[in-house]
Amino acid sequence: MTEPRNTDSWAAPVDAFHVGEVAEGARKGNVEGRKPTGPLQGFGRLWQKTYEVRMPGPTPEVVIATWKENFGQFWYPSNKFYAPAGGIAPGEVAVIGGGKGPTKVTSGVRVIYADERSWSYMTPEGHPWAAIITFSAHEGDDGATVARIHLLVRANDPLYEMSFKLYTSKLEDKIWNHTLTQVASHFGVAEPRIESSVVLIDRKRQWNQVSNLWKNSAVRTLLHRDR
Amino acid sequence: MPTANVTMTVRDATPKVRVIDIQGEVTGFSEKEIAAAHEEAAAGGVDAVVLNFEGLDYMNSGGIGLLVTTLIRAKRSGHRLMAYGLTDHYCEIFALTRLDEAIELFDTEDQALEAI
Repeated sequence: MTEPRNTDSWAAPVDAFHVGEVAEGARKGNVEGRKPTGPLQGFGRLWQKTYEVRMPGPTPEVVIATWKENFGQFWYPSNKFYAPAGGIAPGEVAVIGGGKGPTKVTSGVRVIYADERSWSYMTPEGHPWAAIITFSAHEGDDGATVARIHLLVRANDPLYEMSFKLYTSKLEDKIWNHTLTQVASHFGVAEPRIESSVVLIDRKRQWNQVSNLWKNSAVRTLLHRDR
Repeated sequence: MPTANVTMTVRDATPKVRVIDIQGEVTGFSEKEIAAAHEEAAAGGVDAVVLNFEGLDYMNSGGIGLLVTTLIRAKRSGHRLMAYGLTDHYCEIFALTRLDEAIELFDTEDQALEAI
């Protein structure tokens, strides 16, 4: 067996998130020391969500480089993305502050993979989602570049699962539609058309993960334990 | 859409265990190939499906996502999903994504078959 060609694109495994240097104002309490959680560790049903936009002109590599550099600006306006000092690179941890009032949540993401055409985040305990979120770009059949956001996601605990249908799933749709619209607009697309699909991968809830509730970031943010 | 640069061949290891030999790249564009291979491997009911990664050239995070959905399919079908032949690097990737907590990893096919 030969060594694979993309070893540098992957982050090293860690037992817990460690926040490095991030912008002033970031609250690290719901991120520092938290275990990574993927779609196998969450509580709720497992969903696959895909959002895409087509852009004639820029290459996939240019789209991804620009998107990485401006991720916070392209993101949903009521959410704040505190980019890591090292940028979107394998192993870096970003802090997120989102929402208002009772829906306010501070949390974060870790970059587990990054190359010229894609990167992926994994979420920490307490984040609304136990997820792997992948941002990518590729050539479409018509020669245009397709920017894509792909999520494999479970609600992390029963509270988040309850809010999924009521609120957070729709909010997530808004966030990623907004993000792709911003990316496409940056590259001069006048009226970006976002295509999306949602597939239920696993309808079973993972009751052995019910204790994830103790790390719920929304509750901890509400109680000001996120500092 | 880019084409998948991978071949997946299904073979019988024992009457109740099938192996998927993976050759090439596992990326998000390999969805049809891995879904078809798993469906063929699971047909008729098996105790386990074993993924042979000895011929793996490259895998990105899109490929990891496909392994998650394959694992869910395996659970739904009621059989185990196992793997062998991963380099140290990709064993680390399984640990990074916590896939190693759900997909049983072995060094060789013999070791995987003995564990069933």
